Amino acid sequence: MLSDKDRIFTNLYGQNDWKLAGARSRGDWDNTAAILAKGREAIITDMKASGLRGRGGAGFSTGMKWSFMPKGDGPLPHYLVINGDESEPGTCKDREILRNDPHKLIESALIAAFAIGAHVAYIYIRGEFYNEARHLQYAIDEAYAAGLLGPNAAGTGWDFDFYIHRGAGAYICGEETALIESIEGKKGQPRMKPPFPAGAGLYGCPSTVNNVESIAVTSTIMRRGASWFAGLGRPNNAGTKLMAISGHVNTPCVFEEELGVSMKEIIEKHGGGVRGGWDNLLAVIPGGCSVPLLPKSICETVLMDYDSLRAERTALGTACMIVMDKSTDIIKAIARFSQFFKHESCGQCTPCREGTGWMMRVMNRMVEGRAEIEEIDMLEQVTRQVEGHTICALGDAAAWPIQGLIRHFRPEMEQRIREYKMRHGGTGLVQVPQGALVSDSIAAE
Amino acid sequence: MNLPVPGNPDKVQPDSFAFDATSEVEIAKALARYPAERKASAVMPMLYIVQDQMGRLTGSAWIPVVAMDEIARRLEIAPIRVYEVASFYFMYNRNPIGTYHLQVCTTTSCWLRGSDDVVAACKKATGISNFGETSADGKFTLTEVECLGACSNAPILQVDNDFYEDLDGPRTEALIEALRRGERPEPGPTIDRCGSAPEGGRRTLLEDAVAVAGIPQGQG
Repeated sequence: MLSDKDRIFTNLYGQNDWKLAGARSRGDWDNTAAILAKGREAIITDMKASGLRGRGGAGFSTGMKWSFMPKGDGPLPHYLVINGDESEPGTCKDREILRNDPHKLIESALIAAFAIGAHVAYIYIRGEFYNEARHLQYAIDEAYAAGLLGPNAAGTGWDFDFYIHRGAGAYICGEETALIESIEGKKGQPRMKPPFPAGAGLYGCPSTVNNVESIAVTSTIMRRGASWFAGLGRPNNAGTKLMAISGHVNTPCVFEEELGVSMKEIIEKHGGGVRGGWDNLLAVIPGGCSVPLLPKSICETVLMDYDSLRAERTALGTACMIVMDKSTDIIKAIARFSQFFKHESCGQCTPCREGTGWMMRVMNRMVEGRAEIEEIDMLEQVTRQVEGHTICALGDAAAWPIQGLIRHFRPEMEQRIREYKMRHGGTGLVQVPQGALVSDSIAAE
Repeated sequence: MNLPVPGNPDKVQPDSFAFDATSEVEIAKALARYPAERKASAVMPMLYIVQDQMGRLTGSAWIPVVAMDEIARRLEIAPIRVYEVASFYFMYNRNPIGTYHLQVCTTTSCWLRGSDDVVAACKKATGISNFGETSADGKFTLTEVECLGACSNAPILQVDNDFYEDLDGPRTEALIEALRRGERPEPGPTIDRCGSAPEGGRRTLLEDAVAVAGIPQGQG
């Protein structure tokens, strides 16, 4: 497990001053010019060597992503775009960076922008994070006043401006091209790829979109060295990660932990254990609602990192766990996600626009048990028809939690249907209508 | 034009809208963030500026159609470009709302921690029976929202811009009664915890501020 000396986010709980003076006392803005003096190529090489994989969920190498930006001075400006649209249910980690360590983010953005040749960065913050955006804006104003932003930012010789763009309540804007559309003042509907943002992104210019956490760890990686970061975690799953626990644990919280630690250990240490003890655990959703859940049997041994969770047919995602104990109606828990995705579908692609609503309606019937056993297979098939058939991954994200439910909790779904039939006296293939209790009709006679 | 507000026939769209001096300062700041030839980017901040001004001046933070037309004029874009943005994003209120906007999260993380109790308390304390409605006294509008992104502090009620966290039924009722009295309780956790640290005290970052500042530089 990670020791305090290796933590990057040392003001995670806002226990100390989040403003410039406090940030400087924690080591931020300490001779930033020396880092930029290493040069663009060296910074990107270091980022690749650190093994940092994107912290927003997809897990793509950050250094690699930066290297896709055009080299040299082209005719178009480059943009750094930071994704702070944290909206994946269960996920609440970037919020802590924005409100408690804003200077770490701004300084890291300067380094990242220099590495990709950008003089301007936009950070997209979800609209609901009003107070978080205020903290960051305060820090930006402090940084301008101190010469850390603007022309020759922090004495680095690099001109750098940093702006906030607030979202307004649309999960889809966490998708990088929808986010770009939104900054351009349009509806947040994802673009077809290619072209990728590195070729034609914000305002048609080369752009790199990174998660808040991926950017914010940059300054520390540069100071302590790529090998320090790569030495934490496991091979191909390097470094520390902000994680969170919500749901049925004794002490839900946000924390920074090394990748590759066992899920059970993390829940015991940081979450204070499952409510009612480990044996009361039903399932865990390891990284935001779009990744498939894991039943207790797998949670016993699985490690929290990209490859270990991939091997269990789920994903690390944002590493923000939702823990559910045995009192949970697991079908209802997943059905609520179906409602979420139906609400958040942008409506652009037919399989997602129609499919999310269809899946929600069927899932709501599954919660009651008002369905046929065969419909579980049909539901599974429909999720396969949505998955991979849309411009962006929202369709996939809507499909995966249902697939996970069917994979691990099919007997519970079948039992629910049988119980409904028993209660309503139905036996055959004809679907029992809503609310038509047999005992009622007998009583009426 | 005095058109009725959709779904709210008792209210009418105002005939005119003009930005006040406070808003003009904000508009100048918003426009400065984007390249001059890309000022359409400012449509989202401008919609917020309208909503804030309406809240400030009328006590109901919403965006009338005439204000959207004014945004279109300022940004030199077609009015439909503003309408479609205003209707795409959930946080822009295109109908008048109550003085206090109660936005309760019912997504799974909050639901697991008792958001049903928070919803029931909101309804009980305001007399509202369904999401989307405004209380009879015009003070409260209750909206069901999707995940607010503070799941380790669930369940959450967002009042206007502020998150009230770690709620239960009684604390939600007490909060609403305080709002009714014109008070604004301090946002954040409603139980004894520091931000998103575990209740009962931090388990990490245990060194004091001075020791944390001594992180070795330039290792490795």
